Amino acid sequence: MDTFRAVPLFSISGLFFPYRVSHGIAGTLLGEMALCAKKRPPEEERRARANDREYNEKFQYASNCIKTSKYNILTFLPVNLFEQFQEVANTYFLFLLILQLIPQISSLSWFTTIVPLVLVLTITAVKDATDDYFRHKSDNQVNNRQSQVLINGILQQEQWMNVCVGDIIKLENNQFVAADLLLLSSSEPHGLCYIETAELDGETNMKVRQAIPVTSELGDISKLAKFDGPDTKLMQNSGRTKFKRTSIDRLMNTLVLWIFGFLVCMGVILAIGNAIWEHEVGTRFQVYLPWDEAVDSAFFSGFLSFWSYIIILNTVVPISLYVSVEVIRLGHSYFINWDKKMFCMKKRTPAEARTTTLNEELGQVEYIFSDKTGTLTQNIMVFNKCSIYGRSYGDVFDVLGHKAELGEKPEPVDFSFNPLADKKFLFWDPSLLEAVKIGDPHTHEFFRLLSLCHTVMSEEKNEGELYYKAQSPDEGALVTAARNFGFVFRSRTPKTITVHEMGTAITYQLLAILDFNNIRKRMSVIVRNPEGKIRLYCKGADTILLDRLHHSTQELLNTTMDHLNEYAGEGLRTLVLAYRDLDEEYYEEWAERRLQASLAQDSREDRLASVYEEVENNMMLLGATAIEDKLQQGVPETIALLTLANIKIWVLTGDKQETAVNIGYSCKMLTDDMTEVFIVTGHTVLEVREELRKAREKMMDSSRSVGNGFTYQETLSSSKLTSVLEAVAGEYALVINGHSLAHALEADMELEFLETACACKAVICCRVTPLQKAQVVELVKKYKKAVTLAIGDGANDVSMIKTAHIGVGISGQEGIQAVLASDYSFSQFKFLQRLLLVHGRWSYLRMCKFLCYFFYKNFAFTMVHFWFGFFCGFSAQTVYDQYFITLYNIVYTSLPVLAMGVFDQDVPEQRSMEYPKLYEPGQLNLLFNKREFFICIAQGIYTSVLMFFIPYGVFAEATRDDGTQLADYQSFAVTVATSLVIVVSVQIGLDTGYWTAINHFFIWGSLAVYFAILFAMHSNGLFDMFPNQFRFVGNAQNTLAQPTVWLTIVLTTVVCIMPVVAFRFLRLNLKPDLSDTVRYTQLVRKKQKAQHRCMRRVGRTGSRRSGYAFSHQEGFGELIMSGKNMRLSSLALSSFTTRSSSSWIESLRRKKSDSASSPSGSADKPLKG
Amino acid sequence: MAMNYNAKDEVDGGPPCAPGGTAKTRRPDNTAFKQQRLPAWQPILTAGTVLPIFFIIGLIFIPIGIGIFVTSNNIREIEGNVFMYYGLSNFYQNHRRYVKSRDDSQLNGDASALLNPSKECEPYRRNEDKPIAPCGAIANSMFNDTLELFLIGNDSYPMPIALKKKGIAWWTDKNVKFRNPPGGDNLEERFKGTTKPVNWLKPVYMLDSEADNNGFINEDFIVWMRTAALPTFRKLYRLIERKSDLHPTLPAGRYYLNITYNYPVHYFDGRKRMILSTISWMGGKNPFLGIAYIAVGSISFLLGIVLLVINHKYRNSSNTADITI
Repeated sequence: MDTFRAVPLFSISGLFFPYRVSHGIAGTLLGEMALCAKKRPPEEERRARANDREYNEKFQYASNCIKTSKYNILTFLPVNLFEQFQEVANTYFLFLLILQLIPQISSLSWFTTIVPLVLVLTITAVKDATDDYFRHKSDNQVNNRQSQVLINGILQQEQWMNVCVGDIIKLENNQFVAADLLLLSSSEPHGLCYIETAELDGETNMKVRQAIPVTSELGDISKLAKFDGPDTKLMQNSGRTKFKRTSIDRLMNTLVLWIFGFLVCMGVILAIGNAIWEHEVGTRFQVYLPWDEAVDSAFFSGFLSFWSYIIILNTVVPISLYVSVEVIRLGHSYFINWDKKMFCMKKRTPAEARTTTLNEELGQVEYIFSDKTGTLTQNIMVFNKCSIYGRSYGDVFDVLGHKAELGEKPEPVDFSFNPLADKKFLFWDPSLLEAVKIGDPHTHEFFRLLSLCHTVMSEEKNEGELYYKAQSPDEGALVTAARNFGFVFRSRTPKTITVHEMGTAITYQLLAILDFNNIRKRMSVIVRNPEGKIRLYCKGADTILLDRLHHSTQELLNTTMDHLNEYAGEGLRTLVLAYRDLDEEYYEEWAERRLQASLAQDSREDRLASVYEEVENNMMLLGATAIEDKLQQGVPETIALLTLANIKIWVLTGDKQETAVNIGYSCKMLTDDMTEVFIVTGHTVLEVREELRKAREKMMDSSRSVGNGFTYQETLSSSKLTSVLEAVAGEYALVINGHSLAHALEADMELEFLETACACKAVICCRVTPLQKAQVVELVKKYKKAVTLAIGDGANDVSMIKTAHIGVGISGQEGIQAVLASDYSFSQFKFLQRLLLVHGRWSYLRMCKFLCYFFYKNFAFTMVHFWFGFFCGFSAQTVYDQYFITLYNIVYTSLPVLAMGVFDQDVPEQRSMEYPKLYEPGQLNLLFNKREFFICIAQGIYTSVLMFFIPYGVFAEATRDDGTQLADYQSFAVTVATSLVIVVSVQIGLDTGYWTAINHFFIWGSLAVYFAILFAMHSNGLFDMFPNQFRFVGNAQNTLAQPTVWLTIVLTTVVCIMPVVAFRFLRLNLKPDLSDTVRYTQLVRKKQKAQHRCMRRVGRTGSRRSGYAFSHQEGFGELIMSGKNMRLSSLALSSFTTRSSSSWIESLRRKKSDSASSPSGSADKPLKG
Repeated sequence: MAMNYNAKDEVDGGPPCAPGGTAKTRRPDNTAFKQQRLPAWQPILTAGTVLPIFFIIGLIFIPIGIGIFVTSNNIREIEGNVFMYYGLSNFYQNHRRYVKSRDDSQLNGDASALLNPSKECEPYRRNEDKPIAPCGAIANSMFNDTLELFLIGNDSYPMPIALKKKGIAWWTDKNVKFRNPPGGDNLEERFKGTTKPVNWLKPVYMLDSEADNNGFINEDFIVWMRTAALPTFRKLYRLIERKSDLHPTLPAGRYYLNITYNYPVHYFDGRKRMILSTISWMGGKNPFLGIAYIAVGSISFLLGIVLLVINHKYRNSSNTADITI
């Protein structure tokens, strides 16, 4: 018995996320075989001899030391550099650097590229080093945890990293488990131990593990053999999570490719120009400028000039673009982490942006997939109502006998008679307690059942201080209810259950537990009471249990059914309770059969189930319980607001249909105003297809577009297909069951399903598996080209969270698995509105503005070289000083745009909540798309043309005020560079919508720094030291002292900026978008306020409230309907009502802009107030 | 460059029996910065701000333009100090290989660079095994025609006009950027071991008779070394100083220009020009700037009017709102 053959050898990891052992001395092995075998050929068996390290060392099992860190001090530099140069961008810049080192090509000094490159590499390296430092720290922390290990016959404290395969470990209650373990023995009877795997899979309920029988009899020398090393299941699984990219990222990559194409075109044009010039002019100019030795033909010169131009034009996509984007996103992530309004006081958890690369996509979400339990609901179960022998308890009546509404509850029932009562339990109907007190036998039996029929573990630390550990919160709520009503479950042993019934301890003999499973949907216990009577207590789902009742209970059944329906209508979770008396002989005989079944070699489960089935029959109905699944705070409001923002919310839940629908109603996803709620429950492909077809037909019939579009569907392409139903009028909802969903998700039906579902306002999928959740998300991702967000809290949401574009984890009481898989986490569903409507919206806006400006400024900067090429023989001479080229992107223009990218706000955060429609531009991708990109590029090129040709025109004939020539190269370079810096600074000033002190500082600072560096670079001191490097000596003061130069700069600036201002002003006038309108309204309101203050001072009573001051707590529907509050254009108003698709809103926008061009258009209205 | 901070999450705080109950306060600070509530100026392009700007630009630019235009047109060739320029066209002083073909250390008088010029000067770095001073294509191609101006008086005897050859270069160039190599009084001695540029007729230390205008600090040379930005350019050649307020600098009459032709330009279709000009506060004659200002000012003004009309037409009620609220 020294040698164990460990079954699977992989593992649960216990290392990083060890789970707790709750009882006894135990460890366990619950590895799943499927997960491991990826890396090496599956190990068939593993041999280890317990407590014999020498023997075990022969097998060279992995050590238990874990290592998540990537580098050590020596390997850091080479490994990190190697990794960094795997990035295409970095390699590209390295390539440019090498090009620059070739003298015939070099049009720029090597440092123009190496400075930014080194800067980028350093920043990334520092960040990687910091990350790795934290990893080292956490590795150490885990590796140095202590375990009690039996070494040489003595229990010793050993660090986790030194634990070896075959060691015997003693674990105590509430300790973390060091590795994958095999349970040898436990202090609990039958070698049981209870483990919590919350850190692994997010499930908080206890899992039971049992020692293998042969070792369990070892008595109190509790032993534990352990297996496994570093790559435990978790370590293997936690591998690389799929890297998520935002749509802006993808667009950016496409655009960068286009720009490279553009770059090559420019290069080719200029190279051809160079070849022609060298052929026509250059050859003859050789008297004064001979060709390089290596150059023997104009063609070869052109070829070289191509590469030279690639070098100088590459600044259209500078390396700083990628860095800046990351910095901005990081800033936004910090704002999310810092947001006080997303901090949960109760759980003391702030929101956390776990991925810093997705922020702007938060502003583009169109579909939200939400889990129910723990996300929409608190996963706190409250015993709310019950029906006992035909009488319903739990409704609260006020004095007049009307049902009281929530919020005006009277005093809760006083349980002080019961010293063992749980103080936190509240119940409002005193009649139930009275029924208990007068000794109503049914009521007693009811609570007796609740106190006996469960799998709850009790723990009594001090006398009377009872703690229950329940597998499911429902069960905990029921047992707690029984406890408060005087039926206190006190303790259990494997064979007995002790209950304090109205103060007297009674010990029942526990004969059997007929456990719960998903097929049976019920559980029973068989107990023998002190009088010796055997009784079966059963509780279970109504649908299952009602079929198994004795005929005599028909009448009672009807009443109870009524109650059940009533409870279900209120969104409560119901269970039916029943009992059955068994006589001794029958039980003996049944127990024998049960034993047989449990010993059966094959299909043991089925046999047991049929044995159970047999005894759970002809039961007497006792009553029903109703448990309230409490909604999270603010859920209905959040859903309403997100719906107004045209975000579609789909609930994917494992719960049953009734519960899901009820929750749908209670969180306002489903309303009574809805035209129809389609429920798809078909079991076969045909049924499901038929149901979906009917639903679509109904929607089509009611909508104006009475077309038989469905017959055409097959022929339409997938992208167009969905458009048929986009314009459906009326509000519909779809509820689909898990088994129907399985059919609906099949390849030939998925489009039909998607189309139907997308035409509905709300979609609820119930009874879905984790895999189906991911499939639904995948389906929408695949066909709708929309940004999806999945939010959930449990391990069953992980697949969905990982599949969606954005995964949000609720960091609540359950495990952290969902949070670990998520990109964002916070503790309350209601924070989602803030994450999307405020942070997401701003992130998107800022990123778009940033990108527009960034491309603009670099095109304006770079294209000047192109125009200059035509005047310098296409020789790749730069217009600017090389230092200017080096510093332009990293010093002169980087910080203002970064500040805008981090801090900009178009409307204050309250407005984004008040006007959810402000979210729409993100969904429609309006702020940065290919069109916007071309506008930016065009503006950049326009600027570059003026930037070159205005100084050209001035300088061609000009002289300085002392008579010397003005048009020397260096003066020209300084003039163009200065106008460029001023123009792009003015432009960023125009783009910045929110001038904080930081923006002021950066914008003015950048200008100041430009002039400071300019004068420093052109100073005598630097020239004296390096005459060949600082050739521009004296240039700044000579050039910038010329009035002509300043006149040129001013002229250039005005000509570059004027059209932009005029264009923006016109757009604001003729086609304002909602954010402009809101901003404008706000401005007017501010003026209004000032005016009001004046008026008050004059003495008038200013009781008239501003028409705009509506609070957002009030019903949003009202807010929208009352046009008097928001004097937007009637169309802008109408667009507040939900749309069913983006194309619909597109047409609406078109209408809106049409009407805006009429005199009574939209823009004027906001100001009438 | 994705930033994922998973490592931190793996660190579990606190004792193992208290999951989640971290003691440290994680509540975000309530500062204006962290809560994104920094006070800020939020400018909006309203009619009230944009339109006046257009009109103001118009009102400022048009007068400036007219002023520049008038000043520029009033420049006469014969009043005040007259500046004499030579102009070259189709001459690519801005070609990349030309621009870099110089050694500023050498020109700054660095002794080692004098004898070992920078590689950038190739192929005008060495000649007959001697370093060229000044090296490079720019120096080698220095303009070396001589221009002399004579006034043909009444007695038809040509009277030479005094052409001043100093004061035509920037002060920083003459005093900082260009320096002769160190050494004794004899300039030739200081340039010992070097040879003249290939195209030059005489070595650099024989450019002028005056010591402070000879060698690298010869102003004709300095002016040439300040390369032009565009292929058609003019460079200051000489100054004709006004003698008294009573007489014009160049009185009306017939003039005779004597050119000693050394500098060939026909190889590359070049042109030479001689320009005489006076200057004003804004330099020489420059019609472009004045016209551009007048044009831009007018456009701005017109745009202002157009925008005003549009604004009135489509937002007439907004103005009333501005006033009444």
